[in-house]
Amino acid sequence: MSSRQEISIRWHGRGGQGAVTAAQVVATCAIMKGLYAQAFPEFGPERRGAPVKAYTRLSTRPIRHREPIVSPDYLVILDPSLLELPATLEGARDDTILVVNCPEPPEVVKSRKFGKVVYIDATDVAMKTIGRPIVNTAILGALLRVLDLITLDDILKSLEKFFSGKLLEVNRKAVVEAYNLAKVI
Amino acid sequence: MPRLALTSNYATAYAVKMCDVDVIPVYPITPQTTIAEKLSEFVANGELDAEIIHVESEHSALSACVGAAAAGARVFTATCSQGLMLAYELLPIMSGLRLPVVMAVPCRALSAPISIHGDYIDLMVARDAGWIILISSCAQEVFDNIIQAYKIAEHRDVLLPVMVAYDGFLMSHTIEPVEVPDDENIVREFVPKKREWLYLDVDKPVTMGPLAGPDWYYEIRFQQVPAMKNAYKIVKEVAEEFYKKFGRKYDTIELYRAEDAEYLMIGYGAVWGFIQEAVDRLREKGISIGGMRIRLLRPLPVEDIANALKDRKGFIVIDKCLITGMPVGPVFSDITTALKLCNIDTPGISAVHGVGQRTMYIRDFVDLAEKCIETFKSGKIPRESIYLGLRT
Repeated sequence: MSSRQEISIRWHGRGGQGAVTAAQVVATCAIMKGLYAQAFPEFGPERRGAPVKAYTRLSTRPIRHREPIVSPDYLVILDPSLLELPATLEGARDDTILVVNCPEPPEVVKSRKFGKVVYIDATDVAMKTIGRPIVNTAILGALLRVLDLITLDDILKSLEKFFSGKLLEVNRKAVVEAYNLAKVI
Repeated sequence: MPRLALTSNYATAYAVKMCDVDVIPVYPITPQTTIAEKLSEFVANGELDAEIIHVESEHSALSACVGAAAAGARVFTATCSQGLMLAYELLPIMSGLRLPVVMAVPCRALSAPISIHGDYIDLMVARDAGWIILISSCAQEVFDNIIQAYKIAEHRDVLLPVMVAYDGFLMSHTIEPVEVPDDENIVREFVPKKREWLYLDVDKPVTMGPLAGPDWYYEIRFQQVPAMKNAYKIVKEVAEEFYKKFGRKYDTIELYRAEDAEYLMIGYGAVWGFIQEAVDRLREKGISIGGMRIRLLRPLPVEDIANALKDRKGFIVIDKCLITGMPVGPVFSDITTALKLCNIDTPGISAVHGVGQRTMYIRDFVDLAEKCIETFKSGKIPRESIYLGLRT
C-alpha cells in the first residue's frame, strides 16, 4: 500500500449514521495536513435508514478526476447488515482492508480473503460516548488503526471543523475509545 | 496561503465573502442550497456585512438583484435548473441594463422527468441571455473565478453580468483543497468597489429600463456587442493580473499535453479531470492525443479555439447534457462554428456523457477516444452525437 500514490476509501452506511461526514472528516484532515484529498457522497435523495455510499481519496499529488471508487483500498462498513447486500463488497480485492462495525469478526471473513479486517462494536462505543447510535466517529477510530498517511492526533484536531463544545468532546472520546478497542486480524 | 477543505459551493461562499458583496437575494434549490446556507452563516455571525434578501422564488431573487445592482450595490446570487428557468426572464434584463451581477450556477438537469442531479442543460439553455459565462473545473477555480468575475463584470468597458458555472453535486458537494487568503483585504484590493456603472442617484437622476421603439431599441441593444468583445480582452487581462497576485494561471481555454497531439479531446467543468486522466492513459499506449477545456463559454473565444484546433487530425467534444433538435451537443456546435469562421476544417465528433449525472468513468473517455480515432481514419464522420453510458 505504501508505494501507492493514492489511497481510496469507500464508506457504506445507512442514512443518519454519518458516513458522508466521516468521509469528509478524513479528507479535511488530509487537506489540513498539506496532502491532497477529495470526499463526496454517492448522490441521491437523502433518506434515513437507506443504504448510503461515500468516497474519500487521499493522495500525495493533486486529484483531478471524480470517478466513484470501484476497487477500494479500504472498505468501511458502518452497519454490518449491509454486508448482506452484494453491492457492498463489489470491487473489493484480496488486499482490500475491511473495517466493520461488528462486535465479532464478520461472517464474510470465512468465505473470502481481505488484506486485513478491523472490527469494533462502534454502536456500543457511540452509545457510551455520544449517547446516540451515530457511529461515524467511532468507526473512524477503528479505521485509524490501519490507515496510512493520517494519525489519530490529526483526526482529533480536524474534528474541530465539524463539531464544537460538548459534541466535539464526546466525538473525540468516541474516536479514541474505538481506536483502543478495535481488533485487527 | 492557508488551504481549506471546501466543496465548490463553499468555495463560492468564501469568495463572495472576500469580495465584500453588499446584497444577496437568494432562493434555495438543490444543489445550490449550501451556498445560501454558508452565506447566511457568514452574515449571521458578522463575518460579512451584507443584506440577505429572502425571497419567494428565483424570479424574485433575480428581480431583487436588478434592483440592488441598479442602486449601486455589489450583488451576488446563485441558482440552477428549474430556478434558472423560472428566473430566465430577468437574465436578458440584467445584461440589457448592463448590471454587473455575479451568479453562481452549480449546473443541474431539467425536468421532465424530475432530476436533482448534475448536468449542463440549464446553463446551455441560458447561454444566449447576454451574460459572460465562466465554467470552472475544480473548487479552487470556482473560488478564483468568483473573484475574477467581479473584476470582469464591473470593468467600465464591460459592465455585463457573469455566471460562474460548475457541475452540480460532482463539484458542488465534493470536498477538495482550496487555497484561501487569510487576509481578505488581499482580495478586496484586487476587486475594489469603483462603482463605474450607471446607478440610481437622486443627485444625478437617470431613467433605467424605459421603452425603446424601433427607432432606438436596435442601437441600445447593439451596445452589448462591443461590450462582449471587450469582455474577451478583459477576461484575459484579469486572468493575467490574478496570476501576478495569486499565482494561479487561467485563460479562455486550457490545453493539456496538446503541443504535439494529433487529436484533442474537449470538455468543460468536472469532465476536464476525466479527460486529463484519459489522455495520460492513451499517451501510455502511444496515442497522440491531448486535452482541451472551455473556460470562457461566453463570449466564445473563437480565435483561441481555432488556433488550438488547427493542424490537428480530429477533435472530440464531450457535452454533459442532452439537447434535442440539433443532432450534436451545444458546445460542439459552438466549436464547429468557431472553426468555420476561421476556415479550419479539422473534423470533429460530438459525444454526450454524464446526462442527469449518469456515472462517468475514465475508461469511457479512453474507449471513446480510441473509437473516434478509428472513425477519423476511416473518414466516415457521424452526423450526430455518440451517446455514452446509454442503455439501449
